[in-house]
Amino acid sequence: MADREFGFDTLCLHAGHVPDAETGARALPIYQTTSFVFDSADHAASLFNLQTFGNVYSRISNPTVSALEERVAALEGGRAALAAATGMAAQMLALLTLCRNGDHIVAARTLYGGTYSQLATTFAQFAIDVTFVDADDPAAFRRALKPNTKAVYAETLGNPQLNVCDIAAIADVAHGIGVPLVVDNTLASPYLCRPFEHGADIVVHSVTKYLGGHGTTMGGILVESGKFPWDNGNFPQMTEASRGYHGVRFYETFGDFGFTMKARMETMRTLGPTLAPLSAFLLLQGIETLHLRMPRHCESALAVARHLTAHRAVEWVNYPLLEGNRYAKLAQRYLPRGAGGILTFGVRGSAAAGERFIESVQFLSHLANVGDAKSLVIHPASTTHRQLSEDEQRAAGVTPEMIRLSIGLETLDDILWDIDQALENSQR
Amino acid sequence: MPIVDDIAGLRRILARAHVVAVAGLSEHWYRPSYFAAKYLLDHGYRIIPVNPNHTEILGERCYPDVASIPGSVDIVDCFRRANDIPPIAHEAVAKGAKVLWMQIGIRSEEGARIALAGGLDVVMNRCVKIEHARVMGGLHWAGVNTGVISARRHA
Repeated sequence: MADREFGFDTLCLHAGHVPDAETGARALPIYQTTSFVFDSADHAASLFNLQTFGNVYSRISNPTVSALEERVAALEGGRAALAAATGMAAQMLALLTLCRNGDHIVAARTLYGGTYSQLATTFAQFAIDVTFVDADDPAAFRRALKPNTKAVYAETLGNPQLNVCDIAAIADVAHGIGVPLVVDNTLASPYLCRPFEHGADIVVHSVTKYLGGHGTTMGGILVESGKFPWDNGNFPQMTEASRGYHGVRFYETFGDFGFTMKARMETMRTLGPTLAPLSAFLLLQGIETLHLRMPRHCESALAVARHLTAHRAVEWVNYPLLEGNRYAKLAQRYLPRGAGGILTFGVRGSAAAGERFIESVQFLSHLANVGDAKSLVIHPASTTHRQLSEDEQRAAGVTPEMIRLSIGLETLDDILWDIDQALENSQR
Repeated sequence: MPIVDDIAGLRRILARAHVVAVAGLSEHWYRPSYFAAKYLLDHGYRIIPVNPNHTEILGERCYPDVASIPGSVDIVDCFRRANDIPPIAHEAVAKGAKVLWMQIGIRSEEGARIALAGGLDVVMNRCVKIEHARVMGGLHWAGVNTGVISARRHA
């Protein structure tokens, strides 16, 4: 009898955790331990040789963290996952497993500011070169490819421009030269978009955002599809004897989860941005309600976007599923269940009015995060994108008057009330 | 007997088996066949290497073919090309084995037909190590999506 294909909602609650044999504990135990005892010298040797699966040291794997990894892998429809301390760490682990000194990445110009800085500044220190291109133009990605390109990188939904990535078209560009497309799916979450279904090869998340959903806990994760042909000649580190892990050949030995094993046993083991077990537990508590929260985030964000469109103190509103939005068609294709909880708008009166708006909101929280159950607000030009020049800000889609809202789960009328009274104050 | 491809069926096969003949087992520690055989040894199975070029692998006596193995065999696990599978399937039937297992990347419809006609279970295009770890526990710790959804205690 064929195995049942369980629905997304069931996976949110069950994937990655079966009650343990010893206690039968229904909730996921928090394995707050650094290390795990070996049964014997031979067992220890087998674990270190990767001849058997098991836990050695929590920098490399931990049963509570594994539950998060398997759950997100299942939600994304992927083969395997590796959790990390933050989303920034997860994307770093993915890219440093693909690229070495002298390699090249092609990335969307509209990336989240922190990611842009990681690629443009920190990776430059490792002599990994990144070309940033127009995120809306797959041909621009193609033109930027070089013989040493090892990855193409984009976001399902850009932040804060909220541009929707044509994942299938950009995957074709990457596959044309035999390299993977890495997609940051943070702002969509697997509830709204599963990039593997459109050709992406690796997905990364800041689990801190919608997956966790409660704004209490940092975390990141990378997921591999299990479908990329690592033996195509471009990735000898996947097929040849590993210098970093005593001669293991990751693709031959672990097949469709070889990339995750390499990222775990080499990149994570040596760089060390591990997720804490307690954090994994807290993030999993959030994931249990992902399928209930996301529709509400989307419904309320669309309602706020429509409300602002008609407001006299608002110059423009940007939400991908809004009528007339330049990304509406791509959003209908890639985000048919909703375009997430984030929108941006321009307050009439430019930057000063924008600051007055932010100082006038009563329960919308002014802070540098998105995807919380609580509604959030920020002025990107003076905060998240402050380290960029004004030209770089504009290239990333940040204008001086832009306000970013992350719409939470409060009573919709209350959200609209708070926005309205703050807009009124902004015009005084 | 159908080809076994579901979690309950794989669990049944792996729970009942004790002796696994590994056809095409390599002497090199970094080859997948060696990883799989070492894993099975570590998980309580007896393994019997089958490789005409060696007399001993992993401390176990090595036989040139399945027919030469004295005593009974539960699973014949094949690390051989698809073309080599049908004769191994005939030997597995003659030996009274219960399962013909073709490793990941190996598909032989003819081998499967022979084994099924002989009353064996057949597993095709799956790794015995990865499937054991997937359905009996362990693979989960590597962050792999096992597909196991259950509220029963882990066996």
